[in-house]
Amino acid sequence: MSDPVTGSSGSASALLELSKLEVAYGGIQAVKGIDLHVDKGELVCLIGANGAGKTTTLKGICGLQPVKRGTIRYDGKDITGRPAFELVRNGLAMVPEGRGVFGALTIEENLAMGAYVRDDRAAIATDIERIFHLFPRLKERRRQTAGTLSGGEQQMLAMGRALLSKPRLLLLDEPSMGLAPLMVQKVFETVMTVSQEGVTILLIEQNAKLALEVSNRGYVMESGAITLAGDAKTLLHDPAVRAAYLGESAA
Amino acid sequence: MHALLDLKQNPRTAWIGLALIGVALVVLPFALAAVGTAWVRITNLAILFVLLSLGLNIVVGFAGLLDLGYIAFYAVGAYTYALLASPHFNLHLPFWIVLPIGAAVACFFGALLGAPTLKLRGDYLAIVTLGFGEIVRIFMNNLSQPVNITNGPQGITLIDPFRIGSFSFAERETIAGLDFTGPVKYYYFLIVVLLAVIVINLRLQNSRIGRAWEAIREDEIAARAMGINTRNMKLLAFAMGASFGGVSGGIFAATQGFISPESFVLVESIMVLSMVVLGGMGNIWGVILGAVLLSFVPEVLRYTVAPAQQALFGRLLIEPEVIRMLLFGLALVLMMLFRPAGILPSALRKRELESRK
Repeated sequence: MSDPVTGSSGSASALLELSKLEVAYGGIQAVKGIDLHVDKGELVCLIGANGAGKTTTLKGICGLQPVKRGTIRYDGKDITGRPAFELVRNGLAMVPEGRGVFGALTIEENLAMGAYVRDDRAAIATDIERIFHLFPRLKERRRQTAGTLSGGEQQMLAMGRALLSKPRLLLLDEPSMGLAPLMVQKVFETVMTVSQEGVTILLIEQNAKLALEVSNRGYVMESGAITLAGDAKTLLHDPAVRAAYLGESAA
Repeated sequence: MHALLDLKQNPRTAWIGLALIGVALVVLPFALAAVGTAWVRITNLAILFVLLSLGLNIVVGFAGLLDLGYIAFYAVGAYTYALLASPHFNLHLPFWIVLPIGAAVACFFGALLGAPTLKLRGDYLAIVTLGFGEIVRIFMNNLSQPVNITNGPQGITLIDPFRIGSFSFAERETIAGLDFTGPVKYYYFLIVVLLAVIVINLRLQNSRIGRAWEAIREDEIAARAMGINTRNMKLLAFAMGASFGGVSGGIFAATQGFISPESFVLVESIMVLSMVVLGGMGNIWGVILGAVLLSFVPEVLRYTVAPAQQALFGRLLIEPEVIRMLLFGLALVLMMLFRPAGILPSALRKRELESRK
């Protein structure tokens, strides 16, 4: 069964599948019945302008915002409306918007907090070392409090912390938000590294160009609905996308 | 204090220090009794406040939930004890049954307060808890009609003291040549409870639960993203803090023999909160220090201010009570200026304040 819209075939291998998802946010219907799926091992991005409903979609998925209608399936099971803490225990982790690191805790303590759902102490210690290997910058500052890190470093920490829960699916909400251009580049490299580690990722981004460059597939969201979907490279060259999000004229 | 009592870094001095503190705690009531039995009573009340502060510290210090009605749980514990062990209902259950019941009832009320406030933070939470404290007190004041449950503002009198068989905590007796008055016996009981509560607190702080509270205090959304069941953890903080309050309330009722709603007014809640804040929110030793200071200093003033003025000016110029509030206010202002995280701040609080600068 081939999906004409998304350009990807079959939902048998889908790790995350949204169907006709509707989420209201503060009385406004921010997500108006969207279909989206992320297959195992994929890096999929959901792009769109500010206020398109991307973050609300993510909040709906991880139980931070009540779902109005539609279903969310994760690993074949219906998880609609399940609370966030339960999802983390089943391998669905998220990095919230604005990173949400524990500012007064040290980097090491932050990472340890990421492993809260696990009880295999020895393995946690080696995994923390692995994260330090992935992000050497964090290792240098391991005993510093997270609040003293730069925005980019905090984003790395947030991602490293999420990885410590051993997720199979990682939801990233605007990892490039508020970062200097050089740091944005760095963060996207990190996203790719994490993806290559075998973690399935749904990336929510305003920075359409970079997001599409690193992703396998992409969805374009506009006022609560998916307007375009397909192969990331194709979208990157789609005139409509270029005009709307990459700052080029349609002509 | 930390370095002195660190068993790992410095085992010898730590053990000597602990032994000295132990001996001092054992001898203390007799030394105080030599000055006057009133001082033993004051000490007992101070230990009760230490217990209350440690209970409130779980809610405020560990989980970061501001509670301005904490004294309500003290009241619940006290009234539970008074109703089940006094002539009021002609029930005389032994204390080892009533105290756990008091803890359980207070725990229930803690969860009852926690449940509707799960989504509230900061000022809003403070207002709701403040209201809760007042509601409990007003209920105590008015539950004398149509069925007389609490005996209203008159309170409940002739509350049973602790008794084990024929051994009563209220009677004076001489054991091994030493004069054991009622307050001295209660003192030892309180010390045992206090040690237990300190151990529970230390264990909690370094447990998974303690870490979950830390995360919630720092950032609730992020805590949820870590897989922490924030709802249950917040309820647990309220319930645990409340049950400590309930136990303290039961002991309070037994030592006083009389309770009335007047003992559980808002100022008492604020006093306990001040102890926690002054000593150092989140640091068990700091909280204990804060409670001891705020319990004893006013009493010392009561005994020194009037005679000092008599000696200096020949008459009483300022009431001791006024001086007390004056010094209390001054102490809080000085603290906010020089040690905003408390006299003995928790390492984490210190970092929190520094990172906000």
